[in-house]
Amino acid sequence: MKRPWLFYSQLAFTLSVCAFLIVPVIMSMLAGVTENFFIGIKSGVTLRWVFEVFDLYSETIYLSLLIAVVCLLCTLMLGVPTAYVLAKKSGRAARVIEEFLVLPVAVPGLAIALALIVSYGGFRDFRTSWAFILVGHVLYTMPFMVRAVLAVLSSIDFKTLEEGAASLGAGFWTRFFGIILPNIRSGILAGALMVVTLSIGEFNLTWMLHTPLTKTLPVGLADSYASMRLEIGSAYTLVFLVMIVPLLVALQIFGAPTKHVAKIEDGGGKVQ
Amino acid sequence: MKRREYPNLVILILPILIAFSAFFLLPMARLVAIGGSGPRGLGAYLDIVTVPRNLESLIATFLLSVFVTAAALAVSTVSGLFLERNRFPGRGFLISLLTFPLAFPGVVIGFMVIMLAGRQGLIGEAAKLLTGSKIVFAYSMSGLFMGYLYFSIPRVILTIMAAAEKMDPALEEAARSLGAPQWRVIVDVILPALRPGLIASGAICFATSMGAFGTAFTLATNIDVLPMTIYTEFTLNANIAGAASLSIILGLITWLALYVARSLAGSTAAAAG
Repeated sequence: MKRPWLFYSQLAFTLSVCAFLIVPVIMSMLAGVTENFFIGIKSGVTLRWVFEVFDLYSETIYLSLLIAVVCLLCTLMLGVPTAYVLAKKSGRAARVIEEFLVLPVAVPGLAIALALIVSYGGFRDFRTSWAFILVGHVLYTMPFMVRAVLAVLSSIDFKTLEEGAASLGAGFWTRFFGIILPNIRSGILAGALMVVTLSIGEFNLTWMLHTPLTKTLPVGLADSYASMRLEIGSAYTLVFLVMIVPLLVALQIFGAPTKHVAKIEDGGGKVQ
Repeated sequence: MKRREYPNLVILILPILIAFSAFFLLPMARLVAIGGSGPRGLGAYLDIVTVPRNLESLIATFLLSVFVTAAALAVSTVSGLFLERNRFPGRGFLISLLTFPLAFPGVVIGFMVIMLAGRQGLIGEAAKLLTGSKIVFAYSMSGLFMGYLYFSIPRVILTIMAAAEKMDPALEEAARSLGAPQWRVIVDVILPALRPGLIASGAICFATSMGAFGTAFTLATNIDVLPMTIYTEFTLNANIAGAASLSIILGLITWLALYVARSLAGSTAAAAG
């Protein structure tokens, strides 16, 4: 089929938008393995800068991973039950709680961080530990977990499932652990991937909440952009990208389960 | 069954209510109180319009966010509509690439702008080859605009594609068969159908731009956008009350933008990043 010129001009436009987004990423990845960025790639390819990043900043990488995992545990333990209660209750109180819980996403991280500092900054041990950063991350990522689980709960008829189980004599907790949790696995997985990705990349809150001894990866990135040579900043960015790309690919595969169903139904051949 | 269930539901939701009150509601309330704790009390909240530096920063941030939102909506509507309505080899990959920067923190986006428009950036080098003089604009308002556009496009494209997916092609066919020219179809059929998606993603884009800190932190050491003003008030000037009142007002603006958009568009909207 011959496509009209409109198709090609729109394709060209979309490709240039894509270039705007992707070219700098590729440039920065290349700069991270180039001997001298000012001369260009012909100065030689090296892993020297990447090793230097590990020397200088490996602690930020470990801390980011640690915070992301603990943050995930917190959002799982607090967020999944919350989503279930919110899906079950349709009253005003439930809607108000839902509205409040998403506030940390609607309010800039800077304001939340300031609020935490003026309230808890005086507790020295807490202020100087990574738990202080963790609190910010949990607040910020919680809505994503709750929403991902809520989306799945509203797409399945969990009330009928529960009634069936109840009529066979299953109590509340048996139903919650035996019926509800297994049926919302996909939502939990999508939410979990989202939470980990966001936590690893969080900067707005973390920059205010961190101390010299509790630096996370994005804090280290900002530090390297400001004070290190371009190659090191680039190599560090490369390390960051290598860490989040698997998460993003997984998100594309497992994320948005309801959209999956729609895609299959309308026969759209989107290769995931 | 119902009555016995109630206490269990309370047990499930109680932990989050306690944690959320202790670490969000109370701290935010305290921030509001501190914002009004200066010698002039709550009058300090008027500083955002009475202190020239704050007002300038507010206006600059507002205008920047409006322009970024308009540009992101325009660019993403063209690309989003195109991607949703055409099937071609490599389409899925193209969508993945376009949405890939979604998870970048603001600092990384700032660095991407440096890659494009910084001292050794691509645009500068290309301009040097063509005209002989280097263009460096990463550290100016244009650099910020570029960075904000960078993080807005992926979000808006996703929303537009979702909205376009729900569109009824029959309406368009009807308009065409009645003799409507292409531009009338776009103005009278396609854009109204996309309206909820445009409002929702526009609000997200605006709110995110108003509150963006990481990108500004990397690029705008000399430009006052509101988050940077708050940051300097807090760290350099140790003006905690001033930083508190400004950030409360900024929070109100972003929350209000999202709230209004949600009541207009009727779908859930949220700013991230």
